[in-house]
Amino acid sequence: MSWLRQLFSRRQLYKDLSEEIQEHLEEKIEELVAGGMSRKEATAAARRAFGNVTLTEEDSRIVWRWPSVEDLLADVRYGLRALRHNPMFTAVALLTIAIGIGANTAVFSVVNSVLLKPLNYRNAEQLVSLHQIAPGAPGLADFENGLLLSPSMYFTYSEHNRTFQALGVWISNTASVTGLAEPEQLRVVEVSDGVLETLDVPPTVGRWLSQADQVPRGPERVMLSYGYWQRRFGGDRTAVGRKILVDARPREIVGVMPHGFRVLDTDFDLIVPTAFDRGKLILAGFGYHGIARLKTGAAIAQADADITRMLTIWMDSWTNGPGTNPHFYETWKITPMIRPLKREVIGNVSDVLWVVMGTIGLVMLVACANVTNLLLVRIAARQQELALRAALGAGWGRMVRGLLVESVMLGLMGGALGAAFAYAGVRLLLAIGPTNLPRLSEISLDARTLGLSVLLAVLSGLLLGLIPAMKYAGPRASLALRSEGRAASASRERHRARNTLVVSQVAMALVLLVSAGLMIRTFRALRTVDPGFTDPQHLQVMRISIPGALVAEPERVLRIQNEILEKLAATPGVKSAGLVSEMPMEGFDSDWDVIFAQDKTYPDNVMAPLYLYKYISPGFLQTAGTRLIAGREFTWSDVYGLRPVVMISENLAREIWGTPAAAIGKQLREFSSMPWHGVIGVIQDVRERGVQDKAPEIVYWPPMMEYLFGNKTADTVRTVTFVIRSERAGTEGFLNEVRQAVWSVNSNLPLASVQTMEKVYDKSVARTSFTLVMLGIAGAMALVLGIIGIYGVISYTVSQRKREIGIRLALGAQGGDVLQMVLKQGAKTVLVGVAIGIGAALALTRLMTNLLFGVTAHDPMTFAAVAALLILVALVACYIPARRAMLVDPNVALRYE
Amino acid sequence: MMILRTLKRRPLHGYALVQHIKRTSHDLLQIEEGSLYPALQRLLREEFVKAEWGMSSTNRRVRIYKLTAAGAKHLEREVSSFERMLEGITRVLAPGES
Repeated sequence: MSWLRQLFSRRQLYKDLSEEIQEHLEEKIEELVAGGMSRKEATAAARRAFGNVTLTEEDSRIVWRWPSVEDLLADVRYGLRALRHNPMFTAVALLTIAIGIGANTAVFSVVNSVLLKPLNYRNAEQLVSLHQIAPGAPGLADFENGLLLSPSMYFTYSEHNRTFQALGVWISNTASVTGLAEPEQLRVVEVSDGVLETLDVPPTVGRWLSQADQVPRGPERVMLSYGYWQRRFGGDRTAVGRKILVDARPREIVGVMPHGFRVLDTDFDLIVPTAFDRGKLILAGFGYHGIARLKTGAAIAQADADITRMLTIWMDSWTNGPGTNPHFYETWKITPMIRPLKREVIGNVSDVLWVVMGTIGLVMLVACANVTNLLLVRIAARQQELALRAALGAGWGRMVRGLLVESVMLGLMGGALGAAFAYAGVRLLLAIGPTNLPRLSEISLDARTLGLSVLLAVLSGLLLGLIPAMKYAGPRASLALRSEGRAASASRERHRARNTLVVSQVAMALVLLVSAGLMIRTFRALRTVDPGFTDPQHLQVMRISIPGALVAEPERVLRIQNEILEKLAATPGVKSAGLVSEMPMEGFDSDWDVIFAQDKTYPDNVMAPLYLYKYISPGFLQTAGTRLIAGREFTWSDVYGLRPVVMISENLAREIWGTPAAAIGKQLREFSSMPWHGVIGVIQDVRERGVQDKAPEIVYWPPMMEYLFGNKTADTVRTVTFVIRSERAGTEGFLNEVRQAVWSVNSNLPLASVQTMEKVYDKSVARTSFTLVMLGIAGAMALVLGIIGIYGVISYTVSQRKREIGIRLALGAQGGDVLQMVLKQGAKTVLVGVAIGIGAALALTRLMTNLLFGVTAHDPMTFAAVAALLILVALVACYIPARRAMLVDPNVALRYE
Repeated sequence: MMILRTLKRRPLHGYALVQHIKRTSHDLLQIEEGSLYPALQRLLREEFVKAEWGMSSTNRRVRIYKLTAAGAKHLEREVSSFERMLEGITRVLAPGES
């Protein structure tokens, strides 16, 4: 406590002290005077004997203080005063730093949450996705998911592996739940045994699905997500044990998964068992995502080797039916490429995030350069003050510290403000970021992110202060005292630091603008691509599923779908309506299979290429605006009559028969037991997986046919996307009428994924538009900051050289000469910056190759345009102060002396 | 140590302290008078001495320093450790004994 008292009683202590010292001197003087000295001599003698009074007092006072802390506090106080005295400078500097730090923190919080933090599972580093590729499978190379697992693969891997603790396969699906309230279309994850064990997240209520629940035709069970449990059962624990109607079949609820649990990044409402019927499985059926948990200490390479070994067992244990060679899959060259689950979840978004992070980092550097420049200007104005302090004996270390304290304080204050900006920035990012950003729900500001902003604040503070401090508080500072005010012209050396800063600003701005330019070109290229449908804002889409338990007979299903289409077409404002198994870019797992052409021969009779296939109704093409290239489209009598007809995409027609016209009348089939189907129409290519991916070859089947799922009896597709073309698409009133139209046919049918095609399209280019927006903002910021930098430097130089210019003018120089001289100086700086920037951009834009479309990373047009723009704008920034220089009145400038 | 020793005999004020030390050391120790004060402040902080305003013999308002109990103890310790050190030095310097 005594130190506290000291702190407050210190003023008294100091007063006592100086009084005491005065008394001491007085006493001595009196004694000397008494000894016969004059008072004046005595005073001098007394002082001589005593030593330096001020120093003594200071030394005595130091006894009461913590010198280092208090010096620092003094510096802080001094710095604050200096900042307060210059509110404009402080505001601009603070804002610049705060925006820089805020933007960096916000983006880093996304990078941190999405890319850096481990997944939300126990020992997440053991989790892997069983990714595999099949470079030898014709047609398969297009499928970005690689070769998914078939159920038979799952059984082999699960039973014969040596490297996994647990392993399972899953697939996402939808199902309708009836009997609770309104019929609802729910998101379902079908899991095999092993998936929940792999992820290892205990249920909140009840138990996991067990192996016993996986028995086909056994008791039917289901687990709920936390959200669905809350929504439908109000979090009632007795929900466990009750039954719900899933696709019109009763399933018993056995448990509820905890809040925030997802299967990878898939959010869901229900988990149901896959319940594979082992006896009916064949080799094929590659449609399931495989995940596994590695044994402790097992490496991914070992697991890859393990899978390679098991592939042989798999081919030995299963068959595709009589007469087929199970080992023909060897020609597919199936290769395991197991990768950490985190990479699977993150997907290709890491490219975008790192590019954005790098971009924002660059902006931060530009901002720092600008503030440094401001500091340099300010400190040049304070040079005499510094020189004076140096002359009075301030150590240069102390002065450097003072300046650094000032700039670090600026940094910290900017950082605090920046943290607030970051909070808002994260919100903004989430609002404009791609909606399909993985792990979106996990993004938040945490200790690590805030740590980064503190670090940035201190670092930028030090960086800001260092250059001015080294330059002006250095040992030679005293020179300034003599030379200040006399300098007739700017010395070259004095402006080197600021010119360097401007050069680097221009270079960084160029890099950012080139990146933004490339993204603009990409975006424009994407916009010009014909996606395979027209006018998406007037296309309404929705998913409707008719479960077997609700309507058993396939033909009845088709009749209902047909009736819904008619009702929809009769709705006011609707031009036409059609249905399709899935619209392009909707993001459902695609179906594909081997396709044989009658007039081609295939080795072993099973080695045909794989193609994507879809089902479309009559009227779909017209509704979607997809062009028919040759032949005709399906009619309802084709469909109801089960006529063996098929349509194909243009690129498929060209691939097999050379021209679309040649394809008409040719025969196709999916597998040997299926009758040949005649090609009646060729359809334009459709960008099925987004405009950035090339259009795949597609086979279009009618929505009802024999052998649809391998069985001879006719069957239909029960879950389809309805497509409606109307000017009123997307409006609330229209949606109500659509709902009524559907429910007038069957009131038990839920509508899911109701949206306009424009939304679907925008989502598919969200990655590009997000990157474009971010780079655009960054580029604009860098440009503005860079211009301010150039303008600042040139106009400062001009004001410094006023006298020199005055002399020149007085000696007969023309205004134009002066203008030219100043412009030349600016142009030199800018050109050097542009040259360096082009070099840097050439190296850096290569990193964003993955994000570009229809333009190379070294697109000369973008480079030239950006360079020209930058030079032009920079010259304008130079021109304004240069004009001022030209108008200098020699009389005024010289009289100033 | 010298200050504490002096104050142990009787409380004194600053000027008197300097005079006393000068006198007793027969001017062998030439110290700047001012340097006394930082030392006194240190002793104050450690609470080895106490200071009170009072009147000197020459009728002057002065601060009189007084040894505290802690100060006396500290002095003892210091003196004994100084003596030990001195003894050590003396032995090392004493010619040809070992």
